[in-house]
Amino acid sequence: MTTTQKPMVASSNPTNIRPTWVQITLWVAIAFILIFSLGPVLWELLTSIKTNEAITTDPVVYIPALDQYTFQHYIDLFARNHFHRYLFNSAFVAIISTVLCLCIGAPAAYALARLRIPGEQIILAVVLVVTLFPYILLFLGLLELVRAAGLANNYLALIIPYTAINLPLTILVMRSFFQQLPRDLEDSAKVDGYNTLQMLQQIVLPMTLPALATTGILAFIFAWNEYIFALTFITRESMQTVPVAAAQLAGTTLFDIPYGPLAAATIVGTLPLILLVLFFQRQIVQGLTSGSVKG
Amino acid sequence: MKDTIRMREIRTGWLLVLPATLVLLLVYAYPILRAFVLSVFTENLSTGLNAEFSGFSNYTRMALDGRFWSSIWNTSIFTAVSLVIELVLGLGFALVLDQTFRGRGLVRTIAILPWALPTALIALAWRWIFNSEYGVWNDMLMNWVPLINDPVNWLGDPTWAMICTIAADVWKTTSFVSILLLAGLQSIPQDLYEAHAIDGASRWQSFRQITLPLLMPQILIAMLFRFAQAFGIFDLIAVMTGGGPGGATEMVSLYIYSTVMRYLDFGYGAALVVVTFLILIAVVAVAIAYFNKARSAATGVDA
Repeated sequence: MTTTQKPMVASSNPTNIRPTWVQITLWVAIAFILIFSLGPVLWELLTSIKTNEAITTDPVVYIPALDQYTFQHYIDLFARNHFHRYLFNSAFVAIISTVLCLCIGAPAAYALARLRIPGEQIILAVVLVVTLFPYILLFLGLLELVRAAGLANNYLALIIPYTAINLPLTILVMRSFFQQLPRDLEDSAKVDGYNTLQMLQQIVLPMTLPALATTGILAFIFAWNEYIFALTFITRESMQTVPVAAAQLAGTTLFDIPYGPLAAATIVGTLPLILLVLFFQRQIVQGLTSGSVKG
Repeated sequence: MKDTIRMREIRTGWLLVLPATLVLLLVYAYPILRAFVLSVFTENLSTGLNAEFSGFSNYTRMALDGRFWSSIWNTSIFTAVSLVIELVLGLGFALVLDQTFRGRGLVRTIAILPWALPTALIALAWRWIFNSEYGVWNDMLMNWVPLINDPVNWLGDPTWAMICTIAADVWKTTSFVSILLLAGLQSIPQDLYEAHAIDGASRWQSFRQITLPLLMPQILIAMLFRFAQAFGIFDLIAVMTGGGPGGATEMVSLYIYSTVMRYLDFGYGAALVVVTFLILIAVVAVAIAYFNKARSAATGVDA
């Protein structure tokens, strides 16, 4: 994975002579960050591989004995609750909407970065403000649209909104990328007789792939995690996405909650994202900061 | 000749921007405008789900609707408290992650993790942690640090339920704040600190006099994003408490959702959307005004 990012400049304080208590404080703080960030996820992981007896024991079992481990919750999740379906739905909707978003967002970002078009400032201002809208403000109007278009229980009812909610970020990140791209390349392409579209396709696009990957990862994360649209527009059980299916597994009743399968569902649903973060930490940070700070 | 080139530029530009603009209009502009229109109609079970013009009756009803006011109150408490904690904690995280130490890359990666995970699933995880019978939080408080003698029904108590949802939100979004602030810290030139240290300034003084003022734009941006997200919070609360117990954690978004989906009161739901939208826009406008002021102040220091 190549990145467009410059090597991260260590901007820390000089490390020569430092009183030990500063270092101790630092290590305590680091330990706190690690426990804070990992604790709840690790607890879900541990719950998901404990037997039901071990889950419901008082006091709580932190280090299960050998016979208290089981994969039954995961087996149940797929065999009984058909979780592979929800994984497929989530992946399908997230991937298609991410691709769509890049396909229409990147050209728009290019135009806003490079071409002088009337109304440019208005579009940019709208894009900036719109990133702040919570989805609850949109769901009522979208619900009517979905019904009017007969799209209930159709993947398009999620793909179109997901494309839209990722567009502002895509436009902002890609625009700041295009602004950093040297102009000479495009100028010489123009001299060689390319028109704008040809030049975009054959010269700019190949150089843009790393930035597209960065934006794509963020768009995928947002689409995978979305809840309220998926809850509202998809009522057929077999078409639900992972977050909705997992939340409904919990049921509305407080009694007889399937703790083990729930923990397993959480782990299965978060695993793709944990992998994304592990592999693409830099891209995520870069995309988030250039999308919200520089915009 | 020059004119046609310019015309062609405009035409190509619009061609490239058009698809994105259309999608944004469809998914953002239409629902908001539609809410404004629908909010002066009554469309619910009493009208047979037909829209009947009713002027501002939805708004006068809202003024007297205790459940609406309590949801606004809950949302404000939730937003204010979680924002303050996230800012302080996120700034702390960013300062730590900005230091040089072995394994920094990995720690940074792990610190981002909570932000990337699906909120609905995280809500399940926290519900399990705060479970009254088998929850690990009760167990830790009873057996590790004996603070309580009997298990507490965290999500069954109005005050504790609010605190627990705030805790879950802080866990989920502190990493977002720290990512933005860390980027801000990295953009502060090192020379400033060195020059300041030569002048005999302590760490605390340079934090107060250099770090905080120069970080102000990022702090405001982070707070702006966090405000908008917290004010419209839905998934975390819906899954963790469902707004309970007894409406103690019912946020305005949950009230809108049940007005529309459970009571099928579309006109009133639209009016609730409009009011929430206006509150949001008002706060954002004030924040952006402050932001511009802070930015000119920060560049003033720079120059």
